[in-house]
Amino acid sequence: MRVVVLSWLLVSFPALLYGATEEIQLQHTNIDLHDKASLKRGARIFVNYCLTCHSASYMRFNRVGRDLGLTDQEVKENLMFVGEKVGDTMEVAMRSEDAKEWFYGVAPPDLSVVARSRGPDWLFTYFLSFYLDPSRPTGVNNLVFENVAMPHVLWDLQGWQKPKYKMEVYADGTEMQVIERLELATPGSQTEDEYRRTVRDLTHFLVYLGEPARLERERVGPWVLLFLGVFVVVVYLLNKEYWKDVE
Amino acid sequence: MMNAVAKLSRTTLSWIDARFPLTKLWNEHAAKYYAPKNFNFWYFFGSLALLVLVLQILTGIWLTMNYKPSAEQAFASVEYIMRDVEWGWLIRYIHAVGASAFFVIVYLHMFRGLMYGSYKTPRELLWITGMFIYLTLMAEAFTGYLLPWGQMSYWGAQVITSLFGVIPFVGDSLALWIRGDYVISDVTLNRFFAFHVIALPLILLILAVVHVMALHEVGSNNPDGIEIKATKNANGVPLDGIPFHPYYTVKDLFGAAVFLIIFLAIVFFTPEFGGWFIEPDNFVPADPLQTPAHIKPLWYFTPFYAILRAVPHPLGGFLAMGAAVFLFFLLPWLDRSVVNSIRYRGWMYRVALFTFAVSFVALGYLGMQLPTPTSAFFARFFSVLYFAFFVFMPIYTRIDRTRPVPKRVVYK
Repeated sequence: MRVVVLSWLLVSFPALLYGATEEIQLQHTNIDLHDKASLKRGARIFVNYCLTCHSASYMRFNRVGRDLGLTDQEVKENLMFVGEKVGDTMEVAMRSEDAKEWFYGVAPPDLSVVARSRGPDWLFTYFLSFYLDPSRPTGVNNLVFENVAMPHVLWDLQGWQKPKYKMEVYADGTEMQVIERLELATPGSQTEDEYRRTVRDLTHFLVYLGEPARLERERVGPWVLLFLGVFVVVVYLLNKEYWKDVE
Repeated sequence: MMNAVAKLSRTTLSWIDARFPLTKLWNEHAAKYYAPKNFNFWYFFGSLALLVLVLQILTGIWLTMNYKPSAEQAFASVEYIMRDVEWGWLIRYIHAVGASAFFVIVYLHMFRGLMYGSYKTPRELLWITGMFIYLTLMAEAFTGYLLPWGQMSYWGAQVITSLFGVIPFVGDSLALWIRGDYVISDVTLNRFFAFHVIALPLILLILAVVHVMALHEVGSNNPDGIEIKATKNANGVPLDGIPFHPYYTVKDLFGAAVFLIIFLAIVFFTPEFGGWFIEPDNFVPADPLQTPAHIKPLWYFTPFYAILRAVPHPLGGFLAMGAAVFLFFLLPWLDRSVVNSIRYRGWMYRVALFTFAVSFVALGYLGMQLPTPTSAFFARFFSVLYFAFFVFMPIYTRIDRTRPVPKRVVYK
């Protein structure tokens, strides 16, 4: 019976369990998977920065190569570490028990379909929203992922951001300090615009990684609809022909 | 040459007909099945439901070839289908979008029945077999939704199976018996797989055949709700009837083509349909230790989910949800009108049906939202309207002022 009541609470009042979290305005990014140059840059960032801890175990290296227009040799030289085969899936060398220990109990999740659960705008905003927070073991926090276990891996590119606070007065008179925006405190190796481009490239790649078939379905789709467009006219005329003698 | 071919096919056919009623079946169900000539837009959905059923079975067979019904491998095997199986993504998207399309079609098909009184005498059993198809379809969709083994698969099944726990005395044992475990687990996945790919499709197919047999026995209703068999010519052919083949085969072919354009446009360009057909949360592998913030079923169950949540008592909510589906079975006896079609009914039925349709859609919307006091109020409001449609039907259909029904169907 306890299970029942609990599940009833879950169904009826999830807000009770989670509290009302304030929604952060996500920054929008246009996704254009035909931008192969951007996808290639994103792939490089992904293998250099993400793949060291996160796997993409549903994706094969040579599939990335094929879709991005790289030869197996280019894939080996640019995207792979020594000892891996091009037909391998994108695994990570870390054992998940070790990972759990190093990352405060959370193993870095597989990123194969992360773009499909989070959405591109969330990812784009996430990469832009790390800020210094001495209270965290990693020294950083994130605006869209509170108390995230992941350190700011791209710090050498972006640099470090500091939060700028403002006081907000609630209806009941209580005052609270909230983050108004983030400011660059220590610049990284890229300018702000360059870093936004980098993050956009990475988001592009993650969207592609989430659904490599998207390139193919968007290519095949118009032809299927074109065929059906012709077919529907033929069937319409056939139907009209048959029905003309129905009084 | 042509002559010889024609002769050969004639002799082959008579050879078969002497052993199997091929020509007889063809005539009874197509070439000499007389359907009313005044079918409109709403009459496409029967044949479309059959088309989608076939699509689901075919894509289902091919998915089964690569899917692994185990908690360890299910999620990964779906991604394997999406990436490594030739055209696997297309098969999977047709199946996933097909599930939603099936419900769109079935809801429109049922609404057609409500508009034109297709459940009324002598079509009570036709309606009831259809309702059994609908129930089986719900079970089929529910078991199928567990298979990708995402977070929504897992927690949706967890919540729905736990609902059986509210039944007094036997509830907990029943929920345990259904799941085969204390929580949704590998055992549950295996049995849901068995139901989804064998038991339920088998029942669906048999029921579909029974439904068509019942239809062809009593004959199709039509937008005027008139019995075309009442007016026949000297040969016993209904004056307002036309042979199903070729007239409606060719018309349904056109309907199928239009449907496929819409359907495949979704499959190729927006298969998740903004999270309505494939939910973002289901791209996170099932995690028994992490409850998602917002558990909700897919859109086709949300009207009933809203009714479930509208009642502030677990058993009451469960019963209300069951009643919301069960009441459809009683329609042939709740409706006391002397006419069938909405065309000849008075304003009361029109208002009632309109209110019912609005309530159904509103409940569907509310069932997707996180519950708030405001949404709970509206869910209760629309639940009351939903049940009022059935409860007061014997009264308003009897006192409603109907218009005289013509002898022959209205055509052109």
